[in-house]
Amino acid sequence: MKKILEVRNLTKIHGRGCPQCIDSTGPEADTNICPHCGSVVAAYGVSFDLHAGEILGIMGESGSGKSTVVKTLYFDDAPSAGEAIVFDEARQWNLFALNAAEQRWLRNHRLGMVYQNPHLGLNFNVSAGGNIAERLLMSDLAHYGEIRERARRLLARTEVLPERMDESPKKFSGGMQQRVQIAKALATQPPLLYLDEVTTGLDLSVQARILDLILEIQQELNTAMIVVTHDLGVIRLLAGRTIVMKYGRIIESGLTDQILEDPQHAYTQRLVASAL
Amino acid sequence: METILKIEGLSKHFLLHDQTKLIPSCANVDLSVNAGQLTALVGPTGAGKSSVLKCVYRTYLPSGGRILYRDGSGHSIDLAQASEHQMLQLRHAEIGFVTQFLHCLPRKSALDVVAEPLLTRGENREVAQGKARELLALLRVPERLWAVPPATFSGGEKQRVNLARGLIARPRLLLLDEPTASLDPATTDRVVELLQAIKREGVAMLAIFHHPDLVRRLGDRVIELAPPVAVTDLLETCAS
Repeated sequence: MKKILEVRNLTKIHGRGCPQCIDSTGPEADTNICPHCGSVVAAYGVSFDLHAGEILGIMGESGSGKSTVVKTLYFDDAPSAGEAIVFDEARQWNLFALNAAEQRWLRNHRLGMVYQNPHLGLNFNVSAGGNIAERLLMSDLAHYGEIRERARRLLARTEVLPERMDESPKKFSGGMQQRVQIAKALATQPPLLYLDEVTTGLDLSVQARILDLILEIQQELNTAMIVVTHDLGVIRLLAGRTIVMKYGRIIESGLTDQILEDPQHAYTQRLVASAL
Repeated sequence: METILKIEGLSKHFLLHDQTKLIPSCANVDLSVNAGQLTALVGPTGAGKSSVLKCVYRTYLPSGGRILYRDGSGHSIDLAQASEHQMLQLRHAEIGFVTQFLHCLPRKSALDVVAEPLLTRGENREVAQGKARELLALLRVPERLWAVPPATFSGGEKQRVNLARGLIARPRLLLLDEPTASLDPATTDRVVELLQAIKREGVAMLAIFHHPDLVRRLGDRVIELAPPVAVTDLLETCAS
């Protein structure tokens, strides 16, 4: 299996930071706010590998730093320290050493993101089809008819009625907005896709169909994914391996069935025991 | 005969942090499984039979000992120490696990559930479904159920879907945890025939059977496990 992403010691501190920040925060300190300077240690020393076609789950409660990880890997947020390398065919991208133009190129061509909040992933001032066209245009496709046809196909694949492609996503239900986001993220067939709490807040039946769709896409396109969620059910269904985070630290990682059936850390044991 | 799996001094215990308890599950287990043979695990409930299987599949992290597995290219790997990616690769290509319970997507047809292991190995849909039909018929799952998601099936029907799914890709090592627990005698006979056929193909099996009769019919070796010593309360141990 080919490695597609390598993350080493990823760290993100919100605030000015002080020398005691790291020692005074984390699961042992039971906080992610430094008592000395008030900075928030959102993530510290996060390291993991992701292989092609693999789904990795990042699980944790709010404030655990799980979203911070994917945000930095998608350039939504700049890390304070650490390294991340994307291995893309013959090329290697040292993510945090790229300039703004290179970051934009990589984001538009080789990475995809689906946010919990569709307002972050979609432009509500243009149509659903327009949203996808935007991404295709940024990735150098310029023929109008071709773009429209690709957008129509992508929406059909994610089960959005093609006759609604000219409507604004404003008028769509939450589940449909997520489908448009997924179609948009997939438009350039990225080898790496981030999913940040994509089914949180949706009706159960809608959740189930979106999760099915994600699995189908993973099987069809062999897309590697990082799935960030607090939902054990989503982890169980999607992820082969899982990382558990608390107060910005990885406290445990393993095969998903092992994390759920034989959790080692006290916190994970409590988390699994409290699942419905 | 080639030894596929050799377990040496395997132990497993659970450390429950919130209750500060150490719960032993199995200890000092030694066994081996040869290609084309079935090693049966027997013993009373709570003797840790399922734990041994789960340690081999790494659903449980072994607490001690070695689980030496010889893979398809002749390399020996200690599954107790193997990386997560190594384990995923082995599960994908070589090691199968059939449990009493069927875990699958609630919205997939029985046929797709059975065909899936072949699909993930890159087999085309037609061929995979063809083989799935063959196995479902052999295990006497009524054809009217094939297009239905197994969620509503009876225990015995689910179990047969589960078996078909576990057998379809012909693993190199097959772990079986009471695969016939809720089957009628006629269907059980079919399963026995099927497992015998698979043994002849060279598949190594480590199995737990509900019924002593099945151990007698299928087992080439029998390993008896005894329940481990009692639960340790860590606080009491520290206090004394």
